Amino acid sequence: MFILFGMPIAQIMLFGFAITNEINNVNIAILDKSKDAETHKIINKISASAYFKINQEITNEKQIESVFKKGKVKAVLVFEKNFIKNLQTLKQAKVQVITDATDPNVANTISNYVNAILQNYTHEINKNNKPNHQIQTQTRLYYNPELKSVFTFVPGVMTIILMLVSAMMTSISITREKELGTMEVLLVSPLKPFQVIVGKVFPYIFLSIINAAIILLLGFFVFGMPIEGNIFLLAFESVLFITTALSLGILISTVSQTQQTAMMLSLMGLMLPVIILSGFIFPISSMPLLLQVISNIIPAKWFIIIIKAVLLKGATLDVIWKETLILVGMTVFFIAVSIKKYKIRLE
Amino acid sequence: MSIIVQNISKSYNKIKAIDAISFEVKEGELFGLIGPDGAGKTTIFRTLTTLLLANEGSATVAGFDVVKDYVAIRNSVGYMPGKFSLYQDLTVEENLKFFATIFGTTIEENYDLIKDIYIQIEPFKTRRAGALSGGMKQKLALCCALIHAPKVLFLDEPTTGVDPVSRKEFWEMLKRLQKKGITILVSTPYMDEAVLCDRIALIQKGSILKIDSPENIIKKYDKVIYNIKAKNRHQLILDLKKYPSQYSVFAFGEFIHYIDNSSTFNSIDLQHYLEKQNNTEIEIKIGNTTIEDVFMDL
Amino acid sequence: MTKEKIIEVHNLTKRFGGFTAVNNISFDVFEGEIFGFLGANGAGKTTAMKMLIGISNPTSGEALVAGFDVKTKTEMVKRSIGYMSQKFSMYDDLTIKENITFFGGIYGLSRIQIKEKTKKLVIELGLEDVIDKLVGSLPLGWKQKLSFSVALLHEPKIVFLDEPTGGVDPITRRQFWEMIYAEANKGTTIFVTTHYMDEAEYCDRVSIMVEGVIEALDTPNNLKTKYNVASMNDVFLKLARNVE
Repeated sequence: MFILFGMPIAQIMLFGFAITNEINNVNIAILDKSKDAETHKIINKISASAYFKINQEITNEKQIESVFKKGKVKAVLVFEKNFIKNLQTLKQAKVQVITDATDPNVANTISNYVNAILQNYTHEINKNNKPNHQIQTQTRLYYNPELKSVFTFVPGVMTIILMLVSAMMTSISITREKELGTMEVLLVSPLKPFQVIVGKVFPYIFLSIINAAIILLLGFFVFGMPIEGNIFLLAFESVLFITTALSLGILISTVSQTQQTAMMLSLMGLMLPVIILSGFIFPISSMPLLLQVISNIIPAKWFIIIIKAVLLKGATLDVIWKETLILVGMTVFFIAVSIKKYKIRLE
Repeated sequence: MSIIVQNISKSYNKIKAIDAISFEVKEGELFGLIGPDGAGKTTIFRTLTTLLLANEGSATVAGFDVVKDYVAIRNSVGYMPGKFSLYQDLTVEENLKFFATIFGTTIEENYDLIKDIYIQIEPFKTRRAGALSGGMKQKLALCCALIHAPKVLFLDEPTTGVDPVSRKEFWEMLKRLQKKGITILVSTPYMDEAVLCDRIALIQKGSILKIDSPENIIKKYDKVIYNIKAKNRHQLILDLKKYPSQYSVFAFGEFIHYIDNSSTFNSIDLQHYLEKQNNTEIEIKIGNTTIEDVFMDL
Repeated sequence: MTKEKIIEVHNLTKRFGGFTAVNNISFDVFEGEIFGFLGANGAGKTTAMKMLIGISNPTSGEALVAGFDVKTKTEMVKRSIGYMSQKFSMYDDLTIKENITFFGGIYGLSRIQIKEKTKKLVIELGLEDVIDKLVGSLPLGWKQKLSFSVALLHEPKIVFLDEPTGGVDPITRRQFWEMIYAEANKGTTIFVTTHYMDEAEYCDRVSIMVEGVIEALDTPNNLKTKYNVASMNDVFLKLARNVE
């Protein structure tokens, strides 16, 4: 009953609230080389809008790279030197909008919104200015200058595949043993529960690693996706995520008796949240607060952050250590619960 | 004693599956649990193989307590659950190797034990277990349960749904295994298999009705059974049921087993009665008691 | 027997890839007969039965059930037969009444008919007190008796019973057969498979299938005489053993 009625409600709520290509509360950074009255006004204008939140101010261009790498901000606004002077004497001044284009959709929307705000602003000031002042915006896309969507979907697809193969396949393969009755025989054998599970899980670790490698190779060679980061770090993080997914699969199998339940749980409980709440397709920052909080317990969200950082920005462990730790923590938690739940006897 | 069961009870959701079951199985004995589906046979098996915890009572297998020493029991028994528990997509040989490995042994080590059975399925050893016939699967499952040379063998309805030929062969195999000193606890819903056991427990609705050797059970049955036959069997059954002193009327193979409750019963009277009811080709003679007769009268 | 043929099977064959499950079998079943269809596991019994009830298409050969060709008149065949198998009996999560109503509805009985039938059936089986109980809570024997009655709901000419008594306790097994007799007496043809050889003796005629072929077909008595053995079990063992 819960599955029949609860699931559709949950799904429609998720889709309704989470699926939006609008942005709100996007963190941006400001590099104000002019620091004059005009830039101050513009900055105020921008931070007053619901779309942007000014997260930090930086002082030189070198910092841009590092704030992007950390993933703290999605865009940096750079005001040129002598902004007010240029505006008054040359009748035009320049603002550079640098966006983190690892998520092309979001990057596009951000630059459109900034443009709109600036245009609005020029309209206001031009009421009493003749000839018109102009603020020129220059858009620069970081990491993905051609706005290729492959940059988002390769990490996204990789995350989904790893989740699917690892969690669903393990849970199904373990519950199948329960259905066939072979679990009964395995239980009445000297094998320890731990050995049974490792035996079931091992092939899928192997399979998942191959899957991950194939996706990355295809992305690299066929779609020209860069691999900026350290390949070993990438491998390590992938194996970590596979382990997380596998332990989740084991957990599912300990609570379900039949393949069907395991399948339902994996599909409904894992796949959709992974697609919707991981930030793969829809920006998490634009979701309602509740969903943003919920998205934190989705392992895929953290993995997508990690893998994008490593792949596209060449991030190193010192940048993504937090996300990595979260995944490690989740894995340990899932395994601990599974061990506790795993029964040495039948019901 | 190889298996000691004392007052074991187990309920699922308040429904008693087995109720205060007690029995003992001697070392090297072939002991049968005989009863229909739902009698509680599988629950007894699962309790003894440490898969279920009984609500009440205690039991030991090969000297180990089923609750405390469950690891030791799991090391020393062979178990063939009701469903054929094989990996359908592995071949015959792979299945056997797999089970040998998980019990920390090799096929070669205990080949003597399974040789008799294994040579019958060896021609198909590269076939996937899922593609085997029922009788073959059952032989393979037995091999797998035996591969680690267990002291006690638990076979839960190994012959259910299996044709008479395979059933017969299976029991011959069990007899040979017993000679090698293995204690065997086997369950079956087929009453005719009861006589093949050393001792049997007749169970129904979670309780044991009787424990003894099949011979004794039959010997101790004090009622006389008449084998009756007539042309129209259905008519015969109906008429016999109307006979005033009838105790029970059951079809049994080609005859009807008839038991009378009158001390002055006379088969000639019955013959006359049946003739009067237009039965033809009537045949009445004293028949042999079978376990099934006893079971039905419990 | 001088009765009408109700099932006619001519050279019926079913192949799965290179494997011939049913190999060119021919036989007739007469009206009102209890026909035992025996065979070892994997001998092709189930496959043959599936073809006769119209859920599996023969590779070659033909079969007429109640006068209808199983290949072309499948719907008519299904209308004139009842089927009961050991595995699928009833919906466990419906009550007895609901099950009867449901199956009656499937076979196109009217509401009044269903009501009458339900009443009669429940009294016959002595289920008055439990009519609103879930079928799942009944003992197996009762379930089997009930599902036999339900298979007869639409008064089919032939009933196919696939191992109806597997795992049932001995007394219920006999009661079940008494129901079969009563039904056969009314003129319904019974086509039954079983693994209990004593039940083979209850049949009017018995066929024994071995490896896709019908090895023997006769009355139990004639078979015993022919193979010079005391019971059907021995007949079966003799026939099937030869092949292994």
